[in-house]
Amino acid sequence: MKKYVCCGKVRGIFNYKKNQCQCDAVTSFKTPAHHGMKCCFNNQEIIIIIIIIMDTRFTRGKSAILERSLTRPKTEVSVSAFALLFSEMVQYCQSRVYSVSELQARLADLGQGVGASLLDVLVLREKNGKRETKVLNILLFIKVSVWKALFGKEADKLEQANDDDKTYYIIEKEPLINAYISVPKENSTLNCAAFTAGIVEAILTHSGFPAKVTAHWHKGTTLMIKFDEAVIARDKALDGR
Amino acid sequence: MSRQSNRTTESKKMNSELFTLTYGALVTQLCKDYENDEEVNKQLDKMGYNIGVRLIEDFLARSSVGRCHDFRETADVIAKVAFKMYLGITPSVTNWSPAGDEFSLILENNPLVDFVELPDNHSNLVYSNILCGVLRGALEMVQMAVDVRFAQDTLRGDNVTEIRMKFVKRIEENLPAGDE
Repeated sequence: MKKYVCCGKVRGIFNYKKNQCQCDAVTSFKTPAHHGMKCCFNNQEIIIIIIIIMDTRFTRGKSAILERSLTRPKTEVSVSAFALLFSEMVQYCQSRVYSVSELQARLADLGQGVGASLLDVLVLREKNGKRETKVLNILLFIKVSVWKALFGKEADKLEQANDDDKTYYIIEKEPLINAYISVPKENSTLNCAAFTAGIVEAILTHSGFPAKVTAHWHKGTTLMIKFDEAVIARDKALDGR
Repeated sequence: MSRQSNRTTESKKMNSELFTLTYGALVTQLCKDYENDEEVNKQLDKMGYNIGVRLIEDFLARSSVGRCHDFRETADVIAKVAFKMYLGITPSVTNWSPAGDEFSLILENNPLVDFVELPDNHSNLVYSNILCGVLRGALEMVQMAVDVRFAQDTLRGDNVTEIRMKFVKRIEENLPAGDE
């Protein structure tokens, strides 16, 4: 049994071609709303109705995990445990690919899973459920809130490219992920922070700021964020209002 | 070895959420890559074993615990020192077999399963199976062959998470000739 829930008016941008909407203000959700989003578009009034196709588990009321509070006491694990787990992940990915770029793509894929799960819980905890609508704010959200949740500190630097308004850099001198990784000489371009890049890419994309994020060796590790043209155009339009 | 002197024995800590979600991403990927749950369980156990083999050195260096005299002591060290150090939890040790060669670790909070729910089509998946591999691998490095398995798991609707450990045998060390 599927149940449809409508949450009323949400301001948003409708993409005719893809038949999807990118909302810039999703305010009244209590459950993660990424899966099964559908939109109706009313040409005159610009009202977008979002329908969440509810999984049966949300309505059964049986799942203990949904009864638990999202704000919970912080628990800690040892960095060694994480480093060993991450090392196994890298080795596993490596056993299934032929090149460095494929390996980085696989790591980024894994990171996407983490980012997508993390976004909702952080927005609820840190922002009271309010989403960011501006490029600079979402980048600061990543630099501060996301980084603190993941690595216990803010990212070292956030910079914009001099010559390109679509490109931003998040620079981390000594990323936790790379702390115990030594890259072999023959694969010197490999940067396992591709995993972090995947996390950031998922957070941006799921917040309605589609972008490509890649990891590079530069001033430590630099994550290069390239936004879609449409994102920057929308941001400028918002500025003009 | 020169680096050892300035290395702190205190292990660094981090927020468990990144760890939990990373593990979740790994299991998800394995479920995509393998045909059935049994294969995923096997792969998780293998990864755990590899971790255990490396982790034991880190553990001995940081914890400065000495040689255990019997299996009961080993159980206590695993629960009170190792689990505490790496996962920040202290499972209780119970259900000893009369012969004293088998016991259970009861985990009240398993950091691996925070945020996790098993979908109906993965009923045979032992989500935290990596822990079995870690225990097996680490103990093998200190000449102990053990059999480790999940007896109960909260993810599958049990009230507690229970890891059952059975002592199999002592592994005799075969030193290469002429090597002291």
